[in-house]
Amino acid sequence: MSEKSTVEFELRTPGIDGQGNPTSHAVGLADDAPDLHSDHMLVNIGPQHPATHGVLRLVAELDGEVVVKLIPHLGYLHSGFEKLGEYRFYNQLIPLTDRMDYLAPMANNVGLALTAEKLMGIEITERCKVLRVIACEMSRIIAHLVWLGTTSIDIGAFTPFLWLFQEREKMYNLQEAWTGARLTTSVTRVGGMMADIPEGFEAGMRKFLLEFPKTLDEVDKILSGNGIWCGRTQGIGIMSAEEAVDYSLSGAMLRASGVPYDVRKDRPYLDYESYDFDIPLGEHGDVFDRYLVRFEEIRQSARILEQALDRLEDGPINVDDPRVILPPKSAAMSEMEAMIFHFKHVMEGVEAPVGEAFCSIEGAKGELGYYLVSDGSAKPVRWRVRPPAFINLAALPKMSEGHLLSDMIAINASIDIVMGEVDR
Amino acid sequence: MNQSVDALRARFGEAIQDHHVSCGDTYVYVDADKVYEILNWLKEEPGQEYDYLVDVTAVEYRDPEPPLEVVYELFSHPRKVPLRLKAKLEKEGDLEIDSVVSIWHGADWLEREVFDMFGIKFRNHPDLRRILMWETYDEGYPLRKDFPLRGRFSRSEQVRRVLKGNPETNYSVEEISIAKDNTSIPDDMRQRLLRGESGNIPDSASEADRV
Repeated sequence: MSEKSTVEFELRTPGIDGQGNPTSHAVGLADDAPDLHSDHMLVNIGPQHPATHGVLRLVAELDGEVVVKLIPHLGYLHSGFEKLGEYRFYNQLIPLTDRMDYLAPMANNVGLALTAEKLMGIEITERCKVLRVIACEMSRIIAHLVWLGTTSIDIGAFTPFLWLFQEREKMYNLQEAWTGARLTTSVTRVGGMMADIPEGFEAGMRKFLLEFPKTLDEVDKILSGNGIWCGRTQGIGIMSAEEAVDYSLSGAMLRASGVPYDVRKDRPYLDYESYDFDIPLGEHGDVFDRYLVRFEEIRQSARILEQALDRLEDGPINVDDPRVILPPKSAAMSEMEAMIFHFKHVMEGVEAPVGEAFCSIEGAKGELGYYLVSDGSAKPVRWRVRPPAFINLAALPKMSEGHLLSDMIAINASIDIVMGEVDR
Repeated sequence: MNQSVDALRARFGEAIQDHHVSCGDTYVYVDADKVYEILNWLKEEPGQEYDYLVDVTAVEYRDPEPPLEVVYELFSHPRKVPLRLKAKLEKEGDLEIDSVVSIWHGADWLEREVFDMFGIKFRNHPDLRRILMWETYDEGYPLRKDFPLRGRFSRSEQVRRVLKGNPETNYSVEEISIAKDNTSIPDDMRQRLLRGESGNIPDSASEADRV
C-alpha cells in the first residue's frame, strides 16, 4: 500500500511574500544601475484615454518607465457652472449639480438643497430627511460600484466590472423609477423633494439589499486575496495621515490614510448621527487600502439604507410654506392664491435673506461642499462648489512621482475622479 | 459664535476686523497682508488646531462698491470646529495676497483656481498658472462681475483666435523645459514652442513658415 506524501511549497506571487504581505515598494532606479545616458521622455496621456477616466490630460516625464514628473491639465470639461449659477434661481441650480458628479447626481442635489435651506433657514420634514438619506446612500453605492468596476479594468481584471455594472443597473432602475432619469436626476427642491418614492420602490430596494451582498462577496473573493490585484495595489501611491490632511484630501482617500474624518459623523446633517454605521479606516494609505475602505463603505451604505427604509413614515415631503414650495398643479389651475404663488415662483424665484452659508456633505468622492452668498435677491451672488475630486486629484503628482507609469494608472484610478466635477 | 475670534483678537489685535455670524457659521474679516501669519497661527497654536483647509475661494459682489473677498474655510479635525476667514482686496489695488501653499499643500490648486477665475495673484505661490481655462486664454477672469456670461469676445473672434493659435502651446513652459532635453525635437518646432507663449504665432512668423 503506497503512502500518500505531502509536498510543502510556498505559493509565490511577484510583489507578495509567503504571508501575503506586499514586498514591492516605489520602484526607482537602483543605485548600481549602469548609466545608459538615456534621455528623459515626455509622454502625453489623454485627454481622450480610457484610463484617465474622462477628459484628463497628463503630461509625464519618464526616465525609462519611471515617472519623474507629472503635470495634470484640466479644464477640458469646464462648463462655467459657478458663473452660470449667478444667473439662476436657487432651484435652477439643482440641474447644474446633476451634471457635476454625474456618477452620484442625487447626493449632489441633496447637498445643494441643504445649503440653500441653511441659507434661507428652512426646516425640512422628517420624511424628506429620510428620503434624502436614501438618495445619498444610493448615490454612494452607485458611484462606488462604478469606481470598483473601472478601477479593476484599469488594473487588468475585467470580470468584476461586468458583475458590478449588473448590480448598478438594478440600482439605476430604482433611481429611474423615482426620478425619471438615470443621470440627471434633479431629485431635490429647496424645501423638499421633486417627487416621493413610487409604489414598489421600497420592496424593490429591500430585494436589492438582500441579493446585492452576494455579488459583493463574490467580487471580494476574486479581488481581495488575488495576488495580481494585491501586487498591483499594495504599497502603491502611499499618503501618510499627515500628508493626506496637508493635501486637504477627503472621503475614502483621507480615511485610507487612517484619518477618521467623515462629514456624516463629524458635521452631521440629515440626522446621520442617529443612524448606526461604521466608518472604515485604512492603515497604509495605499491604493489597496482605498479599495478596502470603499468596499466597506458600500456595505455600510447598504446598512444605512435598511435603517432608512425602516424609519420611513408617512408624511409630507415638502415644507408647508407656499413661499418656497411650488403649489400643486391642480391648485395652481383652480385657486387664485395658488396661481399667484405659482407665477411668483416661476417668474421671480425664491428670495434668500442677505447672508452666506457653507454646507458640506459626505459625497461619494469626499467632502462635497457648497458655499452660497446671497445679497437678498433670488439669485446667488456667488455659488461655489468645493469639489472633492478636484482637490484629491491635486495630490496625483505627489503620489505618482517615483512610481512606474503603469502604477500611475492604478493611483489615478484609486483617486476616483469624475471630470464633470473636477472641471465644473 | 466661535471662541477662536476672541483668541485671534487677543493675539493679533488690529489685524482682526469685524466678525459676523451667518446661518450658524462664524466668519472673521482679517487684514489681507496678515493672512499668512494668522492662518499659520490658527494651524499651529495649541487650542486652535485648524489643521484642515477645506476650501479657498473668492467672492465679488454685484454691488460695485464692496471690495473683492478671498475666503478661507477651515476645519479643525481634533476639535471638530469650522471657521471662515475673509480678507478684503480693493479692486483698484494690485489684487495680491500671500499664498498659503507652504502651510497647506492642498491650497495649491485652489489658489490657482482663484487666480484663474478672479485674477487674484498669490505671492510666493510655487506654480501660479491658469488651471481650468487654458494658459493662453486672454479674455480675462471669468468669475469677475464685469465679465459677461458669454465671454468677452464675439463668437467669430473666438473662432478666429482658435484657428490662428499654435496648437503646440498646449505645452506649458515647464513641459517645454523637459522637452528641450530631448534632442529629437526638430529645431523649428522647439523655436515655435518657445515663442508661442501667447498662443498666437506672430503673423510675420507664420508667413515665414509657409515660405
